[in-house]
Formats: sequence, structure tokens, C-alpha cells
Amino acid sequence: MFHLRLVPDNTRIAFMKGRFAGIGLSVLLSLASVVLYFYPGLNYGIDFAGGIVIEARTPETSNFGKMRTVLHDLNMGSVALQEFGSANDVLIRLERQPGDDAAQQRAADRVRATLAKEFPGTQVRRVEAVGASVSGELFRNGMLALGLAMGAMLVYIWFRFEWQFGLGAVVTLLLDVTKTIGFYVLFDLQFNLTAIAAILTIMGYSINDKVVVYDRMRENLRIYKKMPLRELIDLSINETLNRTLGTSMSTLLSILPLAFFGGEALQEFGIVLIFGIFLATSSSIFIAAPILLFLGENRLRRGAPEAAPAAGQPQQAP
Amino acid sequence: MLYFSRWKIYTILVVCLLGIVLALPNVLGRDTLAALPSWYGQNRVHLGLDLRGGSHLLLEVDMGAVVRERLEGLVDGARTQLRTANIGYTGLSAGDRQVTIQLRDPAQAEEAVKQLKQLAITVGGGPLGGGLPDITTSVNGSTVTVALSDEAVRQRAQQAVEQSIEIVRRRIDETGVSEPTIARQGMDRILVQLPGVDDPDRVKRLLGTTAKMTFRLVDANADPSTGRAPPGSEILQSTEGGRGGQGAYVIRRKVEVDGANLTNATAGTNSQNGEWVVNFEFDSQGARRFAETTKQNVGRPFAIVLDNKVISAPVIREPITGGRGQISGNFNAQSANDLAVLLRAGALPAPLKVIEERTVGPDLGADSIRAGLISVIAGFTMVCIYMIAAYGLFGVMACLGLLVNLVLTIAALSVMQATLTLPGIAGILLMLGLAVDANILINERIREEAKKGRTPFAAMEAGFSRAYATIIDANLTTAIKMALLFIFGVGTVKGFAVTITFGILISMFTATVLVRLMMVSWLRRSKPAALPV
Repeated sequence: MFHLRLVPDNTRIAFMKGRFAGIGLSVLLSLASVVLYFYPGLNYGIDFAGGIVIEARTPETSNFGKMRTVLHDLNMGSVALQEFGSANDVLIRLERQPGDDAAQQRAADRVRATLAKEFPGTQVRRVEAVGASVSGELFRNGMLALGLAMGAMLVYIWFRFEWQFGLGAVVTLLLDVTKTIGFYVLFDLQFNLTAIAAILTIMGYSINDKVVVYDRMRENLRIYKKMPLRELIDLSINETLNRTLGTSMSTLLSILPLAFFGGEALQEFGIVLIFGIFLATSSSIFIAAPILLFLGENRLRRGAPEAAPAAGQPQQAP
Repeated sequence: MLYFSRWKIYTILVVCLLGIVLALPNVLGRDTLAALPSWYGQNRVHLGLDLRGGSHLLLEVDMGAVVRERLEGLVDGARTQLRTANIGYTGLSAGDRQVTIQLRDPAQAEEAVKQLKQLAITVGGGPLGGGLPDITTSVNGSTVTVALSDEAVRQRAQQAVEQSIEIVRRRIDETGVSEPTIARQGMDRILVQLPGVDDPDRVKRLLGTTAKMTFRLVDANADPSTGRAPPGSEILQSTEGGRGGQGAYVIRRKVEVDGANLTNATAGTNSQNGEWVVNFEFDSQGARRFAETTKQNVGRPFAIVLDNKVISAPVIREPITGGRGQISGNFNAQSANDLAVLLRAGALPAPLKVIEERTVGPDLGADSIRAGLISVIAGFTMVCIYMIAAYGLFGVMACLGLLVNLVLTIAALSVMQATLTLPGIAGILLMLGLAVDANILINERIREEAKKGRTPFAAMEAGFSRAYATIIDANLTTAIKMALLFIFGVGTVKGFAVTITFGILISMFTATVLVRLMMVSWLRRSKPAALPV
């Protein structure tokens, strides 16, 4: 009976040989992401920066030139127009208006009225207007959720495994999160509440992956008492490779429709999650595992191992 | 792990059946639902505003105004009390949460404090009393300070928000929106959700008006153009603009009759000139005061003031004793109706500000539902194709488990009355991918164990028991994340956390218990020499 295998069984790739390249590249990318975070910086969406978003559908192909002029004449600061979906759909973004929260509401009402007057038949399909006090609060809560999630993961892994695993997982998470943020900057995606959901999801996914690999490593540490850690890590990764890639595949397939049909908000969410799946899968193999290797064999085994004559030979656990 | 007792099998099947029955109303047509008992037919997933269309407004009660108003009352009260007690003072000013009085003679401080204490309003406490005065007094030489206590400000704020919610509810009910949600959020906010409203302009206008109406006398001796009002009066703008050449009036501060004494207000047209007017009626107390005032002031102008703007200032021609009156003032049908609604519903205790609006048209909502449905079907199909390609028969079983997972998730959302949002649909999609992770883990493990030469039974036993700890780990971490997102997330994003959490928890049952039952039953029946993994 034929079964699709993403990698052949008995694959034995010496991943640890590439540990310096893997971690090096990862750190480099994360550093680049940090730079991107400061310059040019995240494109904060309406949830976190406040402002106005209006989604409108014009009866015929949207006349962007006229719309830009008309809206510009309202003197509301920078107006961004974006076509999406069909040629009749236009997304209007206005920066946060000076003044209090109520100023956003007045501005949104003005744009609505202007559209109705200048482009008869235009259907306003969505309006969001968020003031500074709300956006500030959403941002604080979002960051709090990310921070607490990070802490909770550390505590969880620490309870379930030895501290080395916890450290490995959290360092990997940090690298994952920075790169995700870099991805947002690089592709100028809207950093909104859904971005927090996306980052949390990627963190969760990444941790899942690490837990599976670590579980296997721990199991193998018990079985192969004398195998050098480096070989043991390679073995564990290889043994779980079909599962790691299989789950990545199933999650990727389930998320894929979002990137196509998700609409304005969820399309970007889908794209980021797809990026996150690649990220989490690669970081399990190239980051989380090598970190354990660096932290050292002695500590993991609590006792100096001898040179391993029986390497690769299973020994029954006592 | 491979043994299932009879009652366990029945329990599993009953849970699945129950799930299907509970999820069913979501896919039935309107006519079928109408024929079903309502408790069952209403058991459907509650759609969020982003899917059904509607308007979400977040209002903030202006707490500063609540405190300011009380301070103004204290200043007025202090002035009267001190004057009647013949206590001289050189200064009387309101600061941040306190009123400071400079006495002419420090020896009178004690008497002053005694007088000022009478201004206290009891806050808190229950029907048996036990409340506390809302002010504290202190003396420093010739300076007497009356301060609002923190507790009093908190109580007052609490009261203001509760009253505001009530008024908001009445006003929204008047607009005929069906099934509005009006709820308190945090300390000083009110969340208003209006399904089906795609242009909340009118609601925003109605809610943005405090509608504090007072009837007061016009100070005819003072000229508003000087920009200065005599003590006890103030200059107020007119809403009529330039009509009659008068943009502002000098109005006595003393309130003759308060809008709180209105019992009814309706929009209508004046029979003589056809102009839009608002007719109002007073309760007995209001009617009595209105009669007295009009009797004593015939021939003088009388101002109707709404939110510190003069709507109109007609001259009193004759005493009005019936407790009924009419407000005219440049109205059209819409504004006359709006004012009538506002007067009927009552004044807000403090101004409300709309600080967040999110509105989705019904069209876009319907499009989102369609896109969501297509996405879920596409995602499910692709995951199933992969699972079957990778694991054959066991893949088919995993897909059946996944289908039950989906149905049970919908049933859980229906029963819990949870709200399904667009991010919630994204959550369902993601859940599809994550849920089969358990099956992948199990199948890979079984395959490994079988490769080591174990018998099908032993391999399956080992596969399930070894993969189990990992599955629990993986799902728990996801659940922790989503709990945090639910606590700190807002609005529609919460929906994402809800569906994933439900889906993942249910997958612990479907992907492991239910699929295990399927695999074991198959194993027992066909007794294969080798496992199809």
C-alpha cells in the first residue's frame, strides 16, 4: 500500500553539523529584524495606532485619482487608498486625527458623508474608527498577553523538563518572535490585534514542535545511555522528522485558504501564520536542539559519559 | 489502552450523537427551525457583528464632568450656607476635587465647618443606611477645605455609569434597533452592539447628546454682547444661530423647572405655521412649578436650555397651568423627533463620548460568512487528502474524527452561546490542522513500533500510550496561549481564542479516544498480519 512520506524512513541527516550555520543565520535574521523594528518600524494598524479604516464598494471601477483628491481636500492628514479583492473595492485608511477620541468619530462621519455625496451609489461596507485611549489600551493588553505567554511557556517547559530544555525553548521563542516582527516590517503588513493572535499562535505552534522533539530526546537519553549527545540529538530529530513535517503540512494546508479567501484582515493573518509554520519547523531543528548541545551533555545526563563504544546500539532502560 | 468496555463505547457514541443533534439547528432552514421547539431551534451559533453586520460602539462616560458638576454644586451651596450663617469670606474657589474657602475671621472656622457639613450627600450604604458623607472638611488657620473623598468619587462614577446604561438603553430602544447589547466595560465605559445597523450616525448623535434640559428665566437687564454676565447669570449661545439677530442670551443660573420633571415628549407640527415642534408634559411637581413661574413672570422671556444651549426663549404671554407646553426652535422632522426621544428617555448624568466605532455592513458580513465556509471546506478537504495519502485507512479514520471534532465544536459553540467571529473562523481552520497533529503523532509512533517488529496489537498499544503524553503537552500549551488571548484580547479576536480552545479540547476526545475506538474495532475485526501505516 502506498503512503506519502515527506521524508523517507531511516533518514539520518546530521543536522548538528549545521548547528553553527543554523544558529548563526537565525541570530543574524533576528538582529536584522530588530533593526527593522526600529527602522523603518512596524506599520501599526488601526487597533494600535488609532485612526480610521473604511471599506467601500463603488458601483463601477473605483476612481482612485478622484477619490484621493476629494479625500485629500478634507484635510485629514495622510489618506491611503488600497484596492483589494475586486477593482470596485477600495480600502481607505486615515491616520489618527488630532484631538480626542471623539475627533475620530467625527472624521469617520465626514468621510462617510463625502463618499455618499461625491460617489453616489457607493456602499460603505465597513467602518472602523478608533481613538487614542482605546488603541493605547489595546496595545498595552496585547503586549501584556505576549509577555505573559512567554513567561507561561517558560514555566510550563521548566516544570515538564529540565531547565536546559526550558532555556532552549525560550531562546528559540525569542528568535521566532523577533523574526515574525521582522516579517511584518519587511512586507509592510498591518500590525493589529490579529498580529498578536498570530504571534501567540506561532509561539504555541513552535512550542508544540519543541515539546515533541524534546520528548523524544528525553526518551532517547534514557534508552541510549552512552550515545554522544550530538548523535542522540540528530537521532531524535530524524526520528520525529516525519511527524514534524507532517504536522507542518497539515497545518499549512488548513491555513492556506485563509491567505486566499480571508478578506482584508485575515489574509495577512494567514500569510503570517504560513511564515510562522516554516519558522517554527526550522527552529525546532536548527535552533532548539543545538542550544541543548551547547548547554552540554554533562548537565543533561548528570554525569560524565565515556566515549561511546555502544553508540547507536539501543540499551534497555532499567 | 486498547480495551474499551461496553459502557465506554456507548458513552462515546452517545457523545458523538448528542453533538450532531446539538449542532443540527445551525444547518437547518428557517422553515424547519420554525417547526421545532424554540429551545432547540434557538440552539445556534451566535454570529458576531463582523459576520451578521452591525455596529459596535464603545462609549466613555466623562467622569471629569461628574466631579466638576458636584464641585459646582458645592461652591453654590457653600456660598448660600455661609451667607445665611453670616460668615464672611474673601475667597471661594473650586480646585481638583476640592473647594477652598478663605475666611475673613479664623475664629469662625468651626462654625463654617458645621455649616459646610450640611452640604454632604450620603453615598454608599444600603436600605438600612450605613453610607458615608461624600465630603470631608479640614481647617488650616483661616482656610477651610471641603474635599470630595475618593470613595465618594468612585461611588458617584459607579452611579453615573449605571444611570447612563439605563438611559442609553432607553434611547436605543426608541430607535427600534432589535436585540441591542448594552453592557458595562471596565470602570467608565459602555459597550453598545447594534446588530443590523450599518450607519450608526443617528445613534451616535442620540448618544452623544446629554439632553439636560432646564427651563430658566432670561436676564433681560444684561446685554450678552458685553461678554460679561452679572453674578447668578451666565451667557449661553443660542442654537437658532442668527435668527432674530440674537446669537446669545444672558440666562439666570437658577433652574425654574428641570427636564427631569418631564413625563412625555412628542414631535408634532404647529397648527398655525406648520413648523415642527416638540410637545411636552410635566409631572405634577413640574406642572406646579411651571405654573408658578409663568404666573409670576408674564411678559418676560423664558429660556428653554438644552445642554447649555438656548433652544428658544419665548416671551410668556399668559400663565401656563395645564403642565403642557411646546418647544419651537428651527426644527425639522428629524431633529424634532430626536429631541422628543431624548426628552422621553431622560438626561444622561454625564456626557458620553464615542471612543470606538466598528461597523460592518450586512453585505460584507454575508460575504465573510461565505468566504469562511469555503475556507473551512477547502481546509478540511486538503487536510483529509493529506492524511489519507500519508496514512491510508488510519488517515480515513483520523478524518472521520476530525469531522466529528468540527461538529462537536459547533455544538459546543451553540450550547455555550459563544459568539462566532471572522477570526473565530480562522481559529476553526487552524484547529483543523492542529487537531490531526495528535493522529500524526500516534500513527508515526505506531509505524515506528511496528518497524521494530512488534505485533499489530503491541505496536498500537505502544503507539497510543507513548504519544499520549506528548499530545497532552502540545494541547495544553495551546490552551494556555489561548486563555491569555481570551483574557487580554478584545472584540472579535477573542472569537479566535474561543474556537481554538473549544476545538483543541474536543480534539483530545475525538483524535485520541474516538479514533482509537475506530482503530481498535477495525483491528479486532480484521486481525491483520501487518498494520496499514
